[in-house]
Amino acid sequence: MDVQTLLSLLFEPGFFTSEPVRTAAVIGAAAAIVSGVVGVFTVIRGQSFAGHSLADVSSAGGSAAFLFGINPLLGFLGMGVLAAMSMELVRADRASERDLVTGVVTGAGLGVAALFLYLDMTTSSTTGAAVTVMFGSIFAIPASLVPLALLVGAGALLAIGVLYRPLLLSSLDPDLAAVRGVPVRLMGLLFLIVVALAVALSAITVGAILSTGLLIGPAAIALHLAKRPGLAILLAAVIGVAVTWGGILVSYDSYEWTGGRGWPVSFCIVMLIFVAYAVVAQTGPARERRQEHPLPSGEKPHVTSAG
Amino acid sequence: MARGEVLAVRQASVSLSGRSILKDIDFSLEAGEFCGLIGANGSGKTTLLRTILGFIAPSSGSVTIDSGGKLASVGYVPQKFALDPYMPMRARDLVALGLDGNRLGVPLPSPGRRRKVDEMLESVDATRFADQRIGNLSGGQQQRVLIAHALIRRPRLLLLDEPLANLDMRSVAGVVALLRRLSQEFQTSVLLSAHDMNPLLSAMDRIVYLAHGRAASGSTDAVVRTEVLSQLYGYHIDVVRVHGRVIVVAAEAEDDAQAAVAHDPVHVAQVP
Amino acid sequence: MFEDFMVNTWIAATLVAVVAGIVGFFVVIRGASFAAHALPLSAFPGAAAANLVGVNPLLGLLVFSGLGVAGISQLARRGRRDLATALSLVMLLGLGALFLSRTTEYFQAVYALLFGEVLGVSNADLGPVALLGAVSVALIVILFRPLLLSSVSPELGEARGVSARLMEALFLSVVALATAMALPVVGALLVFSLMVGPASAARALTNRPLSAMLLSGAISVVTVWAAIALSFISDWPVGLFVGGLSALTYGAGRSWAWAGERGL
Ligand SMILES: Nc1ncnc2c1ncn2[C@@H]1O[C@H](COP(=O)(O)OP(=O)(O)OP(=O)(O)O)[C@@H](O)[C@H]1O
Ligand SMILES: [Mg+2]
Repeated sequence: MDVQTLLSLLFEPGFFTSEPVRTAAVIGAAAAIVSGVVGVFTVIRGQSFAGHSLADVSSAGGSAAFLFGINPLLGFLGMGVLAAMSMELVRADRASERDLVTGVVTGAGLGVAALFLYLDMTTSSTTGAAVTVMFGSIFAIPASLVPLALLVGAGALLAIGVLYRPLLLSSLDPDLAAVRGVPVRLMGLLFLIVVALAVALSAITVGAILSTGLLIGPAAIALHLAKRPGLAILLAAVIGVAVTWGGILVSYDSYEWTGGRGWPVSFCIVMLIFVAYAVVAQTGPARERRQEHPLPSGEKPHVTSAG
Repeated sequence: MARGEVLAVRQASVSLSGRSILKDIDFSLEAGEFCGLIGANGSGKTTLLRTILGFIAPSSGSVTIDSGGKLASVGYVPQKFALDPYMPMRARDLVALGLDGNRLGVPLPSPGRRRKVDEMLESVDATRFADQRIGNLSGGQQQRVLIAHALIRRPRLLLLDEPLANLDMRSVAGVVALLRRLSQEFQTSVLLSAHDMNPLLSAMDRIVYLAHGRAASGSTDAVVRTEVLSQLYGYHIDVVRVHGRVIVVAAEAEDDAQAAVAHDPVHVAQVP
Repeated sequence: MFEDFMVNTWIAATLVAVVAGIVGFFVVIRGASFAAHALPLSAFPGAAAANLVGVNPLLGLLVFSGLGVAGISQLARRGRRDLATALSLVMLLGLGALFLSRTTEYFQAVYALLFGEVLGVSNADLGPVALLGAVSVALIVILFRPLLLSSVSPELGEARGVSARLMEALFLSVVALATAMALPVVGALLVFSLMVGPASAARALTNRPLSAMLLSGAISVVTVWAAIALSFISDWPVGLFVGGLSALTYGAGRSWAWAGERGL
């Protein structure tokens, strides 16, 4: 079998020349890179729930945008940032309490989403809104959205670059960061707004499911493989792009295998992420039951002295 | 295991994530004995206690506990317990869970159960804050509640991981005396880890001294000696006794040995 | 709003509220909000799948929430729980996208499953709701003590012979059951509001675990009744009011605790 036949087996005819495929590949890669970079911090900070919720809640903004006829991206972004700010409003020191606040805000945000969707349906009878918002399709991105989306993505990356060191320190140990003069709560708020931007961007381009998948999956895999944060970020972006392109390819090819119905691209990408994570996680050492040994921050060196 | 022994650790070695943490640990504990498990930070105290509890399997050797026919015969007070201030639970609820926390069904009010809990709270001097929320208690108060939780079933063996670490000097003496008294009262063997042996000197029947993954055990006088500890550390160590306190010092060591000891601040002392 | 066609609504909603409030107590003290959010959400594609295959949607919901439980517990064995939850969730939603791509007339049903359809509860719907609800509550009552101990400290539980992993798996299964029962009534996205809001207020009001659990059930019932009444009056979706009232309840609980600390 020569290379030519192998390639034509791998890539169904028309893959490289299709316009939707090209737009999807570019936008998907952009979403994957931004999500991967922001995702590493999200995972380190233990905020995957918030990262997921912001995508859900920002889609409430999407349904509001349908209703008022404004640019959907603005609706997504506005609602996402609003939700991020509400989540940081309540002081919560413990991770479990923070998740609880996240949950309560999500419930309220989704209630608002229900209202807008209901109003969408009664005013315009477009019942598809819930599904479009929830599942979005990477092959149906309007080209007009592309420049604005890329701009928001670049903004999120820039913000991470600027905040990098204090953010990393306050993610690893808030007390230590506070002692070093890092405004920890402000850092938390700024970071969550960046997460909101990143997930709103990917929710509107690739759908809410993929937005969570691309935020958490590649970052979790990268953090399993790399020990240094910088390397993990690079790796997460690369893995994100790889699964996105791989998923687009599988989805495109699947039209051939399944006799024209095909598998949705979000399903293909998510499947690749899930399999990759499961494999990587299995190779790691089995976690001892609750055997976490963080730095004993409270214990001071003890010097015995005579007398 | 020999008669009268409650715990026998035989040639036990433990590896975590492929790293060898403990090598050929060998000691035993008799009924009612009070034993200090002494070692610097990272010497493997927590690992050894968790191995005895069965949370970690030894890679070789064995750990045997004589349960005396009881099912849950080991009480345990972990090193770190971050009790949630939002948890709706009083001190007495946690102690009651020590009694029957593994039973199914909701707890129905029972005078016998209540009396046992009250007595136990009284024994550890925790009656004053018995009805307060556990998450709002001070570290020392939580410690007492956890000791009550562990002891209410009258276990044959009580394991405590660094119970003295967060206490002031007065409370340290108080908790040691309390544990000593409870161990005699209930005929419970106590294995207590600490990085400083001094507060325990008068209470200990036996010491297990951990360094570099190995252990020396025996009576305090037999173990805390220049020859024994020098062999354990692998370089010369001086044991100095001043004013009834024991100080372990690395004397005139080579550079790397000096550095190793300097990492264990417990053993660094400025003797005037 | 107490007309004949509303009777089933009141009954079903009350059952769901009691169960969600009681299960929610453990959701809150275990800090399992993410799992409680993810399980309903990942269960709902099960209804789509059942529709496709032509079996009872409830069966689909049960199977998918079971898959969710298995995914979370299995992945959490070797990694962090929140990551396991997130990845199981996206995987099941991905399957949902696959099934939805196979059916075309499902949009209305998706809306109902996501946001609830409290006004259309039939007599036939009540049976499974009552049955699954009774099983969930019975499991919580049976597991109460070991689950409580393991929630305070998994390590203390282990030392007492209570396996933390077993407790986690059983607890997630109860959440999954409660989810499957509640989903057709209040919808995937809002079962979860009922699991976190009322319980978070209840834990601030009492120091006793059992009282807190019962109180949580009561607050949850009041929340749902108020939400249905408001929805009936305003003609807006129930979900809006359940979500909003749960957030208010959480705020009230925190303020109460705050005031208590300052001796007010
Ligand atoms: N899961 C693990 N994987 C690899 N190494 C581990 C693991 N847990 C602990 N260790 C290592 O084992 C050694 C002993 O740890 P352990 O917690 O038992 O010490 P310790 O004596 O209790 O210390 P401390 O006084 O700080 O509590 C340390 O060097 C630690 O880094
Ligand atoms: Mg330790």
